[in-house]
Amino acid sequence: MNFRVVFKALGMLLVCESLMMILPLAVAVYYQGTDINAFFFGILITGLFGIPLSYIKTSKKVMYARDGFAIVALGWVLLSFFGSLPYVISGVVPSFIDSLFEAVSGFTTTSASILTHIEDLPKGILFWRSFTHWAGGMGVIVLTLAMLPSVGSGTVQMLRAEYPGPTPGKLVPQVKETAKILYKIYLAFTMLEIIMLKFAGMPLYDAFIHTFGTVGTGGASNMNASVGAYNNIFVEIIITIFTFMCGTNFTLYYQMLKGDIKAPLKDDEFRFYCSTIIISIVLITINLNGDMFSSLWESLRHSSFQVVSVLTTTGFATTDYNNWGMFSKIILFILMLIGGCAGSTGGALKSIRVLLLLRIMKRELLQIMHPRAVYTVRLGNKTVEEKTISEILGFFFMYILIFITAILVISLDNMDWETTTTAVAATLGNIGPGFGIVGPMGNYSAFSDLSKIVLSLCMIIGRLEIYPILLLGIPSFWKKTNL
Amino acid sequence: MKIIIIGAGKVGYNLAENLSKSNHDVIIIDKNYAALSKAEENLEVLCIKGSGVSTNILMEAGIDTADLLIAVTNSDEVNMVCCLTAKKLGVEHTIARIRDHEYGHELLLLKEELGLDLIINPEQAAADEIANVLNFSSAINVENFAKGRVKMIEIKVTEDMPMVGMRLKDMGSKFESSILVGVVIRDDEVIVPNGDFIINENDSIYLIGQPSHLYNFCKIFGKVPHKIRNVMIVGGGRIAVYLGKLLAEVGMKVKVIEIDREKCIQLSELIPEALIINGDGTDEELLRSENIDEMDAFIAVTGMDEENMMAALIAKQNGAKKVISKASRINYISIIKNLGIDSVISPKQITSNQILKYVRGNNVESLYRIIEGQAEITEIIAESGSKILNTKLKKLGIPKDTIIATVVRKNEVVIPHGNDIIKEGDRVIVISKNKNISSLDEVAAVS
Repeated sequence: MNFRVVFKALGMLLVCESLMMILPLAVAVYYQGTDINAFFFGILITGLFGIPLSYIKTSKKVMYARDGFAIVALGWVLLSFFGSLPYVISGVVPSFIDSLFEAVSGFTTTSASILTHIEDLPKGILFWRSFTHWAGGMGVIVLTLAMLPSVGSGTVQMLRAEYPGPTPGKLVPQVKETAKILYKIYLAFTMLEIIMLKFAGMPLYDAFIHTFGTVGTGGASNMNASVGAYNNIFVEIIITIFTFMCGTNFTLYYQMLKGDIKAPLKDDEFRFYCSTIIISIVLITINLNGDMFSSLWESLRHSSFQVVSVLTTTGFATTDYNNWGMFSKIILFILMLIGGCAGSTGGALKSIRVLLLLRIMKRELLQIMHPRAVYTVRLGNKTVEEKTISEILGFFFMYILIFITAILVISLDNMDWETTTTAVAATLGNIGPGFGIVGPMGNYSAFSDLSKIVLSLCMIIGRLEIYPILLLGIPSFWKKTNL
Repeated sequence: MKIIIIGAGKVGYNLAENLSKSNHDVIIIDKNYAALSKAEENLEVLCIKGSGVSTNILMEAGIDTADLLIAVTNSDEVNMVCCLTAKKLGVEHTIARIRDHEYGHELLLLKEELGLDLIINPEQAAADEIANVLNFSSAINVENFAKGRVKMIEIKVTEDMPMVGMRLKDMGSKFESSILVGVVIRDDEVIVPNGDFIINENDSIYLIGQPSHLYNFCKIFGKVPHKIRNVMIVGGGRIAVYLGKLLAEVGMKVKVIEIDREKCIQLSELIPEALIINGDGTDEELLRSENIDEMDAFIAVTGMDEENMMAALIAKQNGAKKVISKASRINYISIIKNLGIDSVISPKQITSNQILKYVRGNNVESLYRIIEGQAEITEIIAESGSKILNTKLKKLGIPKDTIIATVVRKNEVVIPHGNDIIKEGDRVIVISKNKNISSLDEVAAVS
């Protein structure tokens, strides 16, 4: 591994993070909260570590896949570590493990929280929590790439390691330009939603918080009752639409901007994503109607919000779906595993992988009927490479393996079935709330420190799609010369 | 510029690398997944898998907004069709690689009918280059500028040459010559020297000047170019055909060794003046029996770099005077040179240079790149609008590592000094290090 290149990039990343903290500092100063010092020292400490690293001289400019993965994996660990500083320094979260959990949950857009009384917290801290969603949603590395000058070739490796989905799509030849385009679309969505929420009657500060939670598909609210606290139908509709939009592959927006308005309709994954949403909403509405809610309209309102929120791995809630019928809860659980589209800000397995797995399954069955037949798996009008197929199968296995391993460790806490499994599903898929104790109105504070560390790891593993973090565990990954 | 390259082979890759480094938007189309993923991983380019002939794929690559399409797949016909389709879909310029000599006579017609802006034929270009070197046998490399009125030659400095240990500014006064040492390569590093630079043994120096002056210079420094009469070529591919014809025209005796009998028969039809021998060019016995020691030049141009290298080494050992080897892989070049082979010719590199020159713009007449573009020698015609016209050179504030090497005005060739000026219509040859130049204004951009 080329340590100099890796450390230099990590330095730049930290500089970026310390710049990011200026925004919550401004908020803290504006509201004259108790957290001004926390951000001031946070910026100082992060910068002190970052600036010297970013001045490392590198002789070799070349970056290989290995280096890119190392930067992304270590980068996210460091980001979370320094991102937890404001929580610790401000004393909002006294335990370091808890702070780390909160920071990881922020950057990975999970919004799994150990905070019990959210409304009482300083405004700056809450802003920081949501702002990390925003930065983590599109990717902090991508943000660094877009902002910093002098990124040479090989940076595509970093984009690849952070990209959600099987095959990373560059929009334009230069990585830096691609990153810029993505962030421009992202920024446009953000502005639009803030304005719309403000018009729908939300206070400006709350509009910011919820917008960050929406576009990053994070889901942290400044209310204990989440979006349900506003009981405002327009707010709910706006948030549903924007979570849906941000759970869609951003490449499609670029194609639409380029004039191909029908691009989403031609996209297999997008169609699969839409049909999953529609079928789930219909099933849950029927299940809820007459049981939980008296009117069809009310059932539709809550089912659609929850379905979109869970499938895009956001985690906002308008009602405590913990009390819903088992059928509805299991549908939501399945949605937790599926997740949003590749190239979106959503997490979990991703719709495209599930779609391809289904097609691979069909092929395997057909193969038994006609052993000599040659079938190609297709996506749209393109053949999927065999290499990609084996990667997806491998990915699926690893996802399940990590899921089970994590459940095993969490089970030491002796919670009920529901809490144990959904806590892992909700953190690995970057959703946030699960069922049981960790349900939409509950939180993760009841877990032991060990479980919190494991769940934090799950969040990062889920956000970075397994490979980068697992690679860190392989000894030969760290050697300068690989044999 | 937005440039689409079809074919991610050696030439395509090399082009993509150079073009993306000079901040062009490069999109590569290829059918081969492995070739594409190599480009995707190492270069700042966008890769699309598919056939460049397909309209859909070309549209996906955004052909309607592209400025240039370069077709360099291994099939001439595919390249032509790609360019034709692309032109219909609205691309500004097209470049095709067409290398089969069967098309040789129809090239002009093809160019017009298909609307091609440039046809490149690497094998023809390589043959020209080899012929150039043979005409000036003391040089490793010969480049023509200003339509042959100025030449640049590369010479290896050996210990018996009196210039070793001499300052450049003393050299001129001692041997009164009007040539310029433009670039020096020492241990794979490119140096643009000034007057205080001392020449060492084993340096490769690039000299620029009029052909007659260069000839005299070589005479003084004990490197008299001797007349080449007998040439042996190993490998009967396209280069051999082009080269055999070129050399036969100027009266050299050519012997071609080719392993494939069928090809030998074809060769004997194509170059009736040459002696065709059916045999293995890496077989020492065969080479000796064909009087390798009598040969003034030995040229290895088979399809395999490794075979070329071996054949060239055998020839050198057996006393062939000038040994030239072809290398397809660009990273082999420095290795082969270190083995003591006089010159290395790389058709891929020549092709890349030609295309880069085209991309650079209308003002650039010739472009020669040293060691993967570490230094460039550019010939530019001074246009009327240029800011640096009619100003004394010393007042232009020309940056370090950039030299105005030669000014050609009508038939007069001048190596300029501080008090000289550039006039409209002059051909100016500029040497620059780590900097791409496409117009004269950029030379003095710093001032």
